[in-house]
Amino acid sequence: MVAQEQLRVVRCGGSKLNGSRAAFSADAKYLLCATGDFVKVYSTTTEECIHILQGHTNLVTGIQLNPQNHLQTFVVGYKIFAFYCLAGSDDSGFVIIPKNNEEASDSFQLALVRLTKAPGQEVETKELSLILDDIDYSPKCTAFGREGEYVASVRGLHLRVYFFKKKKTHSFPLSARTVKGANNYFTCVACHPKEDCIASGHKDGKIRLWRNFTHKKEYTFSAMHWHHSAVMDLAFTVEGTNLLSGGFESVLVQWRDVSESKKEFLPRLGSTIEHISVSPDGTLCCTSHTENKITIIQSNLRVSAVIQGLVKGSSVKTGLVVDPRTKALVLNGKPGHLQFFCLQSDKQLYSLDIVQQEYINQAGLSQTDLVKAAFSAQGNWLATVEQRQEKESDLELQMKLWVYDEQMQSFKLSTRVNMPHEDHVTALCFRDTDGVEDGIPTLVTAAKDGRFKVWVTVDESDTDKQSVGWICDFVGSYHNYQADNCCFSEDGSLLAVSFEEIVTVWDSETWDLKCTFCHPPGKTWSLCFGRLSCSKYLLGTTDHGFLCCWNLLNCALEWSTQLGVIVLQPDPLSENIAAVSCISEGSDLFVFRPNEPRPLCIQKNVCRGKVQCAVFIPRNVPETVGSEKYQWLSRSQLYFLTETQELMTFSTKSPEMRLTPSSKQLASEESLPMTPFYVLLGKHREQQQLKMDADLGKPVVHSHSTQSSPAVKELLHTPAHVLPSATFLCSIFINSLLISKENKSNGEVANEVEMESEKAEDESDEDIDHTAMEEDPKLTEFWGEMTPKLSKSQEKELRKIRKTDFSWISAL
Amino acid sequence: MGEFEVHRVRFFAFLPSGVRCLARGPALALARLDGALELYGPTASGFQEKAIPGHEARATQALSWAAGGRLFGADLGGDVAEYDLQKLRIKYTVDGFGGPIWSLAADPGGTRLAIGCEDGSVKLFQVLPDKIQFERSLDQQKGRILSLSWHVSGTRIVAGSINHLRVYNVDSGRIVQRIRVERRLLSSHRRECVVWGVAFLSDGTVVSADSAGKVQFWDADKGTLLETHPVSSSAVLSLAVSEEEDSLVVGTSEGAVYQFQLLPVKRGSTESRWVRTKPFQHHTHDVRAVAHSRTALISGGLDAQLVIRPLMEKMHGQGYEAVLRKVTFPHRRLVSCARKARLLLFQFPQHLELWRLGATNAAGRDGEVLPVSRDPEHLLQLKSKGPDHICCSCISPCGGWIAYATASRLHLHRLQLENGSVVAIQRVPKLPKLLCPVYQLLYSADSSRLFVASDQGSVHVVQLLEPGGCKHLQTLCSPSGTAEAVQLLAVSADGDWLAATSSDWAINIYSLQQFKHHCTVPAYNCPVTAIAINPATNHLVIAHSDQQLFEFSIPEREYTAWSRGVQQHGLHKDWLERDTPIAHIAFNPRQPTQLLLHDTHMLCILDKSLPLPDDNTPLNNQAFLKQLSVKARRGHAHAFKICKKYQPLLFMDLLDEDCLVVVERPLTDIQAQLPPPVQQKKFGT
Repeated sequence: MVAQEQLRVVRCGGSKLNGSRAAFSADAKYLLCATGDFVKVYSTTTEECIHILQGHTNLVTGIQLNPQNHLQTFVVGYKIFAFYCLAGSDDSGFVIIPKNNEEASDSFQLALVRLTKAPGQEVETKELSLILDDIDYSPKCTAFGREGEYVASVRGLHLRVYFFKKKKTHSFPLSARTVKGANNYFTCVACHPKEDCIASGHKDGKIRLWRNFTHKKEYTFSAMHWHHSAVMDLAFTVEGTNLLSGGFESVLVQWRDVSESKKEFLPRLGSTIEHISVSPDGTLCCTSHTENKITIIQSNLRVSAVIQGLVKGSSVKTGLVVDPRTKALVLNGKPGHLQFFCLQSDKQLYSLDIVQQEYINQAGLSQTDLVKAAFSAQGNWLATVEQRQEKESDLELQMKLWVYDEQMQSFKLSTRVNMPHEDHVTALCFRDTDGVEDGIPTLVTAAKDGRFKVWVTVDESDTDKQSVGWICDFVGSYHNYQADNCCFSEDGSLLAVSFEEIVTVWDSETWDLKCTFCHPPGKTWSLCFGRLSCSKYLLGTTDHGFLCCWNLLNCALEWSTQLGVIVLQPDPLSENIAAVSCISEGSDLFVFRPNEPRPLCIQKNVCRGKVQCAVFIPRNVPETVGSEKYQWLSRSQLYFLTETQELMTFSTKSPEMRLTPSSKQLASEESLPMTPFYVLLGKHREQQQLKMDADLGKPVVHSHSTQSSPAVKELLHTPAHVLPSATFLCSIFINSLLISKENKSNGEVANEVEMESEKAEDESDEDIDHTAMEEDPKLTEFWGEMTPKLSKSQEKELRKIRKTDFSWISAL
Repeated sequence: MGEFEVHRVRFFAFLPSGVRCLARGPALALARLDGALELYGPTASGFQEKAIPGHEARATQALSWAAGGRLFGADLGGDVAEYDLQKLRIKYTVDGFGGPIWSLAADPGGTRLAIGCEDGSVKLFQVLPDKIQFERSLDQQKGRILSLSWHVSGTRIVAGSINHLRVYNVDSGRIVQRIRVERRLLSSHRRECVVWGVAFLSDGTVVSADSAGKVQFWDADKGTLLETHPVSSSAVLSLAVSEEEDSLVVGTSEGAVYQFQLLPVKRGSTESRWVRTKPFQHHTHDVRAVAHSRTALISGGLDAQLVIRPLMEKMHGQGYEAVLRKVTFPHRRLVSCARKARLLLFQFPQHLELWRLGATNAAGRDGEVLPVSRDPEHLLQLKSKGPDHICCSCISPCGGWIAYATASRLHLHRLQLENGSVVAIQRVPKLPKLLCPVYQLLYSADSSRLFVASDQGSVHVVQLLEPGGCKHLQTLCSPSGTAEAVQLLAVSADGDWLAATSSDWAINIYSLQQFKHHCTVPAYNCPVTAIAINPATNHLVIAHSDQQLFEFSIPEREYTAWSRGVQQHGLHKDWLERDTPIAHIAFNPRQPTQLLLHDTHMLCILDKSLPLPDDNTPLNNQAFLKQLSVKARRGHAHAFKICKKYQPLLFMDLLDEDCLVVVERPLTDIQAQLPPPVQQKKFGT
C-alpha cells in the first residue's frame, strides 16, 4: 500500500516573481503572479500569499484575466509564450507560439484560437488561424488596441499594425541609427485603450507615440525622452490618461496626459523595472523588478506594498548561511544587503543593509561587495566582511560585527574593523560557546595574507552606556602560507586552519599549534569537523578531488577517497555530512557519516552543472521518513543552489503530497490572511475554552472561530462610517466571545469546519479562479494511513499550527 | 583628371545676416535682419531667384503677400513698403504713423493690410492698384502689437500683444474678445508674456505662441483656453499654419522647430486633437520665422540658415523634392577674381575688400600642403557711400578696374598696380546715367569692356578707356521685350558672344561683333543658376536649379550632341538630389572636354569624353578608383569626378592652366560670430 519512497530534487520556492507581467483581479484585491510552475495569488493590501494555483508542469509564461468573466483567469505555460483575450470576443483568444510548433525555431507567430467553453481547467483547442508571422516572442512586444480593432507588434526596427476589420497589415520601419547615435530598436509596445495611439519603447530610452497609423503613409509619431537606457515596459492606465514607463533607472515614470512636459516620477524602486501592469479598476499598478520583487503602487504614485521574493544576484559570495534564531536562509540580497529568507513561507523576512552606502546604478562601476557572513551558534552575533577592489593593488576591506538587539528585533552594528587583513578574507567562523565555561564570543578570520586572526569581545562599557567591542586577540600563521579555511570543532576546543596544502589544528584555549596534516597533497578547499559521536574526525577536501578524514585522536589519516567533492556540508543536528561531487556534467550527492565506511545515501545527478553551495536547515518539526535510507532528512533539510541560482531541496514526498497543504489553505474564510487581529480573536476564544489558563508561549490558532460568530463578521465587514456607536456594539461583541453551550468533540468541530469551508469555497463570490485545486479525498486517506498515531483532527490541527506565521508575535 | 595647385582661401570674413521673417505666396519671400529681401522659387528647389539688397536704416519686421502677387513689408522705421519684384527695388513706402511696425498681415482676399504698431494700434490699409491707402484704425490698446492674423471671413482679426490676445471686429473696429495669456500656471515672478505668434483658424480657434514657451489653443468666441502645449523652456518665437489647417509649425529660441498635427482621436470619429508630433533641430539659435507649405516645413533663424524640411508623407517617393535643404549662403556671386593679376575681390554689404593671393615656390605631390612663401595680402578696402547695400561687384581680369553697384548708382574705379600692390585708385567720374539700375557686372576677357546687366532684359556695353574713362557703346535689348531684370552674364573668351539670363529664365545670346541679338536658348522651365561659355568651342554651358546641365552650341544655335546624350541618359540620382545649386562653371584650358563646376558642398570636374554613370554605380567613386590598377580604373571611370574636401565652398575659379582658387567660409567661423545660444541642459554633460 505504501508507495516506495523516492528521493526527489524539488524546487523549494524562491522562484522568479518577475518572469512575466503580474495580473490584478478585477477588484484589485488580489495580484496573480507567475512563479516557476505555479501561479501565486497575493493580497494587494497585506502582501500575503493567499494561495498557489498549480497545474502546469512547466514554466508559467502568462496570466490573463478574462475580460468577459472577471472570476476567470487564463494561465498559459511554456510553448505558448503569451496569451491575450479581448473584451469583445469571449470565444477566442490570441496566442504567441513558435512557428510550426518547433521549439528550436526562432520565429514566432501570433495566432487566433477558438476557446471552447469546457467545464474543465484545461482548454484544448485545435483551431488556429494565423494573424501575424515572424513576431517577437515576448508578450511585451505585442499589444491589442482600442476595442480590439487592431494589434500592434514590434520586432527589431519594425512596428506592424494589423487591422482586424480591414484584414490589412501596415508596417512602419525606423532607421537603424540616426546621425545623433540614437538606437531605434523597439523593446516594447502598448496601445491606448480609448484612442488610436500606440506607444512604443526603444533601446535608447525613447518612447514614441504613433498616431494616424490607419493611413499607411500619413502616419506620424512624436517622441518623448527621459530614460537614458532601454525602456523595459510601458503601460497605459485604464482610461488612457496616463502612460507608465520603466527601465534600468528603477524609476517609474508617469507621463500625465501622455505628454512630455507633464511627467511624474517614483524613484528609488530598488532595481530595474521589468514589467508594469495596471489593475482593471485603475486604483493600483505594479512593477516587477529584476531583484525578484513586485511593488504595488497606488495611482498617486505611492508604494503601497512590496512583495519580495528571493533576491538572486549575479553570484552568491556569502554562500548559504542559516540564521540560528529564525532558521531563515541568509545570503547576499540586494547589492550590499544580506537577505533573510524564510523558506517555509517562501518570503523574505527582512533585508539587512550591511554596506550602508548608496548603490549607484552605473555599468562598470566597482561597488562595495558583501563577501562573507557568519552567525554565532545562538545567533547573537553576525560577522560580515565586505570588500571593494577597483585595481589589483587597491583593496578595501571592512569587517563588521553585528549584535542582535532583542528590542529592535534586528542586528545592530557593534564593531567595524577596517582592513582586518591585508588581503582577501577567505573564511570566518565563530566558536560555539555553548559548552565552554567562560563563553567569550570568539571569531576567527583567515585570509590570503597568510594569517588567521582571533577576535574576542571586550567590555567597553562606560558609566552610562553598556557596550561590547571586538579586539584582535591572537594572530597565527604557518610558514606564511595563505590561510584558506578555518573551522572550530563542535565543543569549541580545537580550531582547524588550512594553509594551502597543510591543515593545522590549534588549541583554542592557548592558541598552540597541536598538529598538522598534509596527506595527501593538494590545496585544501573545504574543512569541517565531525559532530556528536564523530567529533574526533576532521574532514577536508583537496583540489585533486580527494575527500580525507583524519582521526584527531591518533593524528592519522583514517580514510580518503577521490570523489571530486566540491561542496562539503555537515548537518548541525546529526553526524551526517553531505558532500556534493561534480565529475562530469551533473552533480552527485553523497551523505555519509565519517565513522561508517558506506555512505547513507547516494543521489546521482541532482542537477546540471556544479552545485554552488549547500546548507542543512533544521526542520521545525521532525518529519517522519519511512525509509531508513532517507532518515537523514528527518531532522534537517538540505538546500542547495545550482549554477543557475536556482534553490533546490530534497524531498521524499510524492508531488501530490507536497501540493496538498496549499490547496488546504483555501479553507480559510474568503482567503483572508492571518492578520494579528484575526489571530488575537481566535486566541481569545481558545483561551476561554481552555479556562483562561493557556500559556502565552504556545500560541493556538483556531481559524474557524470568527466564522462562527455573525456578530464579529458584521463588525468586520460593515464599513466604519455606517457602523452604530461602539457602546451599542460592545455588548454584542462581548457576547460573541462567550462560550456557546454546545459541546462538540474536537474532531467533530474540525470536520464541520472542513465541510463549511468547502462550501464557502464553492459559493464564495471572491473566488477568482476555477483552476483552484479541489481537495482529493484519496489523498487525505493516504495521509491518514501514513501516520496512524495521530487522529485525523489532531493531525489537522498540527498542520494548521505549522502553517501559521507567528512572526508577528515576536513583534508584540 | 589632372592635378591642380589650389589656393585655399579662408580669409573672406563674410557674415550672412539672420532671417527675420518669411512669407509664403507666389514665391517664398524672406527678409533678413539687414533689410535684404530674398525670393525663393515656388518649387521646393530652395534656389534664391531674386534678391533685393538691404538698406542701412531698414529693419523689415514682417512681410505679406497681397492680391496680384504684390509683396509688402513693414519695418521698425514705421513704414509700409511695397516691393517691385521686377526691378528689384522698393516701389514706395507709406508711413503708418503708429511708431515702429511689428506685424503685418493681409486679409484672406489680399485687398486689405493690417499693421500692428508700437503704440498698440492696429491700422488697416486698402490695397489699391498702384498704392496703398489708409482706411481706418482699430481700437487702440496699451502694448505693442507683435502678431496679427485674419480670420478667413475677413471680419475678425486676432492680435497678439504683451500678456494679451485681442480679437477685433474689423467692421466696427471694436475689441470683441480680450484674452489674458499667463506666463506660467504658477506665476511667481511677474514677467511679461509676449505673444510672438498668432493664427486664426477658420473654425474660430486661435493659436498663440508666446515667450513662456507655450503653444495654446483658444476659443475666440468664448475666450476660453482649449489646449496648452508647453513646447520649450524658453520662448516660442514664430508660428505658421498649413493651408488645410491640419498642421502647424512653431519655432523656438532654442533653435528647435516643432510640428503640430490635428489628428483624429479614433478612426472614423469626428473628434480630433492637436498633437505635437515631430521636433526638428536644424538651427542653433532663435528660429524667428517659420512657414508651412503643402509639402514642407520652412524655418529661418538667427543663424542665417533657411531650412526647407520636406514632409515625407506628402512626398511621392524619393527624388529631387524630397531632400532637406539648408540655405546658408546667398546664391549670388560675392567673390570675383582677377585671373592674371591673382587678385580676389570680396563683396560685403557695405564695403569691398581686395586681396592678393599668396604664392609658393615649392612643388609637391597630390594631397600635400605646400608652404607659403608669400602671405596673402589685404590690399584695399573700399567703402561704399550711402545707406544702400552693395548689390554686385566685379574686378577686371587684369586687375585694373573695379566696378560695384548699389541700388541707386554704379561706381567704377581705376586701379594702378605695381609689383602686385596698389599704387593708386581713382574713381571714374561721369558715368552715363542710363546705366542704372545694375543687377550684374562683368568684364570682357581682355578687360576692355564692361557689361552692365540692367532691367527690362537689357545689357549695356561700356568701353573702358585708358587712363581712366569710359564710354557707353551700345545697349543690347531682349527681343521679347521682357520686364524682368538680367541676372547672369557670360562672355566668350574671344569677346564675340555674350549670354544674358533674365529673371524669367530666358537666355539670350548676343553677338558683340554686330551688337545684335544672335539667338535665344530654347526655354527650360527652371531658374538658371550658372552659365559659362567654353573658350575652346564657344559652347554655352547652363546649370539649372533642378541640377540639370545643358550645353548649347552658340555658332550652331542648338544643343550639342553631348547635351542631348545627357538628357537621353539622365543624370545620376545622387547628382539630382544635391541640395545646393551649381554656383559657378569654369573650363580647363588644357582639356577642352573638362568642365569645372561647384556648389556649396562639392567641387566637380565633369569630363565630357567619359561615359555618364548610371544609378547603380556610385557617383562619388574616387576612393574606389584609387584602389584599382590603372587598367581597371579606365573601365570604372565615369564623367563625374567629385571633390568634397573644401566645404562650404563659396567660390572656385581657375587662375591659369594648373592653378585653382577656392574660397571657403567655415560654418564654425560664422557661429563664433553669433551671440551664444540659449543655454540648454544636455543629459550626460
